[in-house]
Amino acid sequence: MNHAYGPVPRKEDARLLRGQGTFIDDIALPGMLHGAILRSPLAHARIVSVDVSAALAHPMVVAAFTGADLAERGMAWMPTVFGDVQAVLATDKVRFQGQEVAFVVATDRYAARDALELIAVDYEPLPPLIDALTALDPGAPVVREDLPGGNRVFDWSAGDKAATDAAFAAADVVVGCDMIYPRSHPAPLETCGAIAEYDTTGGRLTLHATSQAPHAHRTMYAAITGLPEHKIRVVSPDLGGGFGAKVPIYPGYLCAIAAAMVTGRPVKWVEDRSESLMSTTFARDYHMHGEIAATADGTILALRARVLADHGAFNAAAQPSKFPAGFFHIFTGSYQLRAAHCEVTGVFTNKAPGGVAYSCSFRITEAVYLVERLTDMLARELGMDPAELRMRNLLRPEQFPYTGPTGWEYDSGDYPRALRLALDMAGYDELRREQAERRARGEYMGIGLSFFTEGVGAGPRGQMDILGLAMTDGADLRVHPTGKAVLAVSVQTQGQGHETTFAQLVAHELGLSPDDVDVVHGDTDRTPFGLGTYGSRSTPVSGAAAVVAARRVRERARLVAAAMFEVAPDDLEWLDGKWRVRGDPDQAFGIAEIAKAAHSPLELPAGVEGHLDASAVYNPPNLTFPFGAYICVTDVDPGTGEVTVRRFIAVDDCGVRINPMIVEGQVHRGLADGIGIALMQAIVFDDTGNCLAGSFMDYLLPTSLECPSPELGETVTPSPHHPVGAKGIGESATVGSPAAVVNSVVDALAPFGVVHADMPLTPANVWRAIQGRPVRTDLAIS
Amino acid sequence: MQVPAQVEYEKATSVEQALALLARYAPGARVLAGGHSLIPMMKLRLVQPEVLVDINAITGLRYIEAAGAELRIGALARHADLLAAPVAGEHFTILHDAERVIADPVVRNWGTIGGSLCQADPSEDLSAAFAALKGSMIIHGPDGSREVSARAFHTGPYQTVVGPAEMLTEIRLPIRPGRLTGGSAYMKVARRAGDWPIGAAGAAVWLAGDVISDVGIGLTAVGATHFVAAEAEEFLRGRPADEPTLARAGEIAAEHCRPASDQRGPADYKRHLVQELTTRVLRTAVRRGREARGLAS
Amino acid sequence: MKISVTVNGTDHQRDVEPRLLLIHFLRDELRLTGAHWGCDTSNCGACVVWLDETPVKSCTVLAVMADGHRVTTIEGLARGGVLDPVQDAFAACHGLQCGFCTPGMIMTARWLLDHNPDPSAAEIREAISGQVCRCTGYENIVRSVLRAAGHDGNDGGASG
Repeated sequence: MNHAYGPVPRKEDARLLRGQGTFIDDIALPGMLHGAILRSPLAHARIVSVDVSAALAHPMVVAAFTGADLAERGMAWMPTVFGDVQAVLATDKVRFQGQEVAFVVATDRYAARDALELIAVDYEPLPPLIDALTALDPGAPVVREDLPGGNRVFDWSAGDKAATDAAFAAADVVVGCDMIYPRSHPAPLETCGAIAEYDTTGGRLTLHATSQAPHAHRTMYAAITGLPEHKIRVVSPDLGGGFGAKVPIYPGYLCAIAAAMVTGRPVKWVEDRSESLMSTTFARDYHMHGEIAATADGTILALRARVLADHGAFNAAAQPSKFPAGFFHIFTGSYQLRAAHCEVTGVFTNKAPGGVAYSCSFRITEAVYLVERLTDMLARELGMDPAELRMRNLLRPEQFPYTGPTGWEYDSGDYPRALRLALDMAGYDELRREQAERRARGEYMGIGLSFFTEGVGAGPRGQMDILGLAMTDGADLRVHPTGKAVLAVSVQTQGQGHETTFAQLVAHELGLSPDDVDVVHGDTDRTPFGLGTYGSRSTPVSGAAAVVAARRVRERARLVAAAMFEVAPDDLEWLDGKWRVRGDPDQAFGIAEIAKAAHSPLELPAGVEGHLDASAVYNPPNLTFPFGAYICVTDVDPGTGEVTVRRFIAVDDCGVRINPMIVEGQVHRGLADGIGIALMQAIVFDDTGNCLAGSFMDYLLPTSLECPSPELGETVTPSPHHPVGAKGIGESATVGSPAAVVNSVVDALAPFGVVHADMPLTPANVWRAIQGRPVRTDLAIS
Repeated sequence: MQVPAQVEYEKATSVEQALALLARYAPGARVLAGGHSLIPMMKLRLVQPEVLVDINAITGLRYIEAAGAELRIGALARHADLLAAPVAGEHFTILHDAERVIADPVVRNWGTIGGSLCQADPSEDLSAAFAALKGSMIIHGPDGSREVSARAFHTGPYQTVVGPAEMLTEIRLPIRPGRLTGGSAYMKVARRAGDWPIGAAGAAVWLAGDVISDVGIGLTAVGATHFVAAEAEEFLRGRPADEPTLARAGEIAAEHCRPASDQRGPADYKRHLVQELTTRVLRTAVRRGREARGLAS
Repeated sequence: MKISVTVNGTDHQRDVEPRLLLIHFLRDELRLTGAHWGCDTSNCGACVVWLDETPVKSCTVLAVMADGHRVTTIEGLARGGVLDPVQDAFAACHGLQCGFCTPGMIMTARWLLDHNPDPSAAEIREAISGQVCRCTGYENIVRSVLRAAGHDGNDGGASG
């Protein structure tokens, strides 16, 4: 009986509803200065000179830094989360529009902004490399002369090429397609920022920062600044969304640190929206060629893919170090396949760095999009209904745990049940009838499916690390003498409700109310080490650690209770939230009474030192594999190309649901992401490298009017290896939804002969697809 | 942080005072009304006025009223006022159609009609609507006031005939009485709710029986001179309001506009939109006109 | 320039630069950090407050324009520590996640209900269409406002 699980109201809400959250820009420290970054207007240029003298002469400016200044402190360059380097302030060249060139510190933010105009930079423009498809051409501009590979970042592959080629050769039908997953940006509503405080006497650095991974950041700051790690504290306050944008370390943070060390005063730097869109981690930007092979009766045999990954100017993809293309090789999807093979080549271009962000589960967004688009294209080619084709090929429950052709071991799933539920909820057959009637009247509606399998909760320490830090996570649980508990975890919530859900996890294990459990997070001084929140890993990893710690507390409590009852520990059983004497359940003690006893003069048994507290570091044995079936219904106006999303049906299986209300909220968001990504969101560049999506006027986010009221369903297939069977949900809907939207629009346009159209499906792009003259959606129209 | 450059500020409580301030500080002074066109430009430092003359305290410039044969709109009327004004919708459905798709409800609370017109963004929707309705603007200056046709008000992107020491005070729209049936409509295509238009069209049609006795067609964001589809208007006058005629008018409007390719869309798509939307708004305007008179469409 | 602004019922006199945005006046001068900012182009609506009982995007208003006027922020919504029904409804319906857009959404919702006590889901979606939320997908925000209007959540969804 999961009495603490359920739609428990959130503890976070009390302060947030009153406008009493503490976000980074809410913090004002005595003597605090404000920093601003001067950024390059050019995508590729040599820096001839940087002159900050006029800025320093401004009466409200306290300091100004150039790349040369930081180089003297060994801080002009920093490591990226993937082991490359990135300039903090450019020294020799600028390599993307928006790159950091100088940092000025003033007594208020308006003066800091004014002072930027007083900095004179002399640039010598260089030809920019913008089109990733040309990056490996002979004569292409070289972005990284400091590396040996030209513009090639990596080549990587997975699967069995020979077996895949053989399967393709034996197939009756092969469908191939080029498809772009355009560059986008996670765009949390709160941008990134930091306040650095340096105590010169004690040599202690405190960094308040928008960080999804405070401990990993602390370790990196130690390496970059040379300060000892135990003298660094990273505190992440309330975060206004993250979605991966707040995983990397950014130059602005280092600039604030350097300025705090030099001026001896706290220095705040918070980026504005255009800085955020132009310089912080982008997402996606995969140019994919995919092929699907099948028999004539609709049995999918194999998949293969070749991908060109645009990594921008530095390789700052935030993913486990052994996986340069993330988990893309899960592109095998949810189907029974004989073989699969993929190759990914990463290239540098003159654009901002990043790539792994925006709820992608380490490139699973790209993988799912590819396989689900190909599946729909196969259905069209075969003249088969796309739901029927999927149902025929989905993995069956008895096949789990299932090892796929690229090595993933899916933990559990009943896929056909989820698809059937989605089809029932949608009234699928009725929708197809309606579609036929409308087509006869010259109206174009589309029905698009997406079935996805996610792999989240990275990950097993032997396989998964970031910069050599294994992806385990810790939990410390203290129980006070009056039976109230404090759980300290290393993950950092950005809206997912950890203060509530983690309290529920512990409360369930210990027979407490969630109100009795406080959750501490975000402060490296007060929490155990861990790799942070992204990749939907909080529930699978940190949540598991919390449960393990709670169970250790409970076992310790058993020993104390046995001493209290003067029985053997095995004479007790845990029932309905208490330790009870077997056969005499009214003889019972709850955690509060036992905690008091543990702190009392009671003679304690071996294994109990005087408290119930316990810790755990959880090394997950595998990823967890949430999955879902989505159906999107759209109406397309062929005269204008406008797309209206009429309905979105989403069946999700994330294993055991700790707080269904929070789970549904995560799905709602991901469906909105899918609409935005499929129809309007893209970071595009012109051929000189100008970023044309540097504000919310052009990087368009869906509003309340574009998102229909979602229709949610659930199945529950517990994860067999997670302590409570939960799998994680944070990114599932962002992963699964774009394909459903695109499949729907392409389905609507089928009478025009459209078999594929790239995102974003803006009115112009839809109209061009109908005309049979599609454009490359990643490049600006000229 | 995108914040404006330093600027001086004066508050006017009368039109006379505003004009005096504008004259004193010309050419570096700008009128500040709702600020929702000007302040965003100032934050991006695309404009850097020396002095702002705040006219929000001037009473008597915020109204929407029928006065005889005219609908008169005070320049300080907020977009939300126009959208909520029954008298505006009763005479000119095009105004409500347009307001419904201008920006968003919160911006509409504060942005003013006068401010939007004077900003003269080529993608600004009311310019085409007022042009279609053949309205006029009242401009006050040091030598008194003058009336300028809505079709001559704009002289180029972000440029109007309002001089540096002048102020727009009123927009007038003629209400036609008598036996003519009139209907109007506005349609806009954007990449998302609240976005600037990729292209938009507005039409006002007056019928005598089944014949188009007069018509105004306004086009937004597609390089139509003075926001007007003059050739299509010329074609329609005196012709029957039937489907082939309206379709042909759409083609003519598309032939004569000059859209530019940008991130909202390529030029050929915008040109297509002109054709599509012009025909659609004409169709709707005609239908509304007939319905108003209880005739079958 | 000296200005006098009444914020949440309290008069404040300050000397400010004419270019100071109202959002920064509220947050940095008066330390009322409930209203937030999230963009540069008046698109996101994190900054929505009331200026004389009208919701405005305070990033697009100068503080000097509020001289002699009244401003209401999220901090002024609760009465004597008792939450406004809209605030209660957001908590009950999980209408917030990270909380960054929430003050602006609540100010618009309160204004809507004051003028239209029983709005449809479509009217609610229209009213908040100028404000971005990145966490909720808007559904639970709409349900929250429906609940504050007196519907108990069994109305079959918040579709437009």
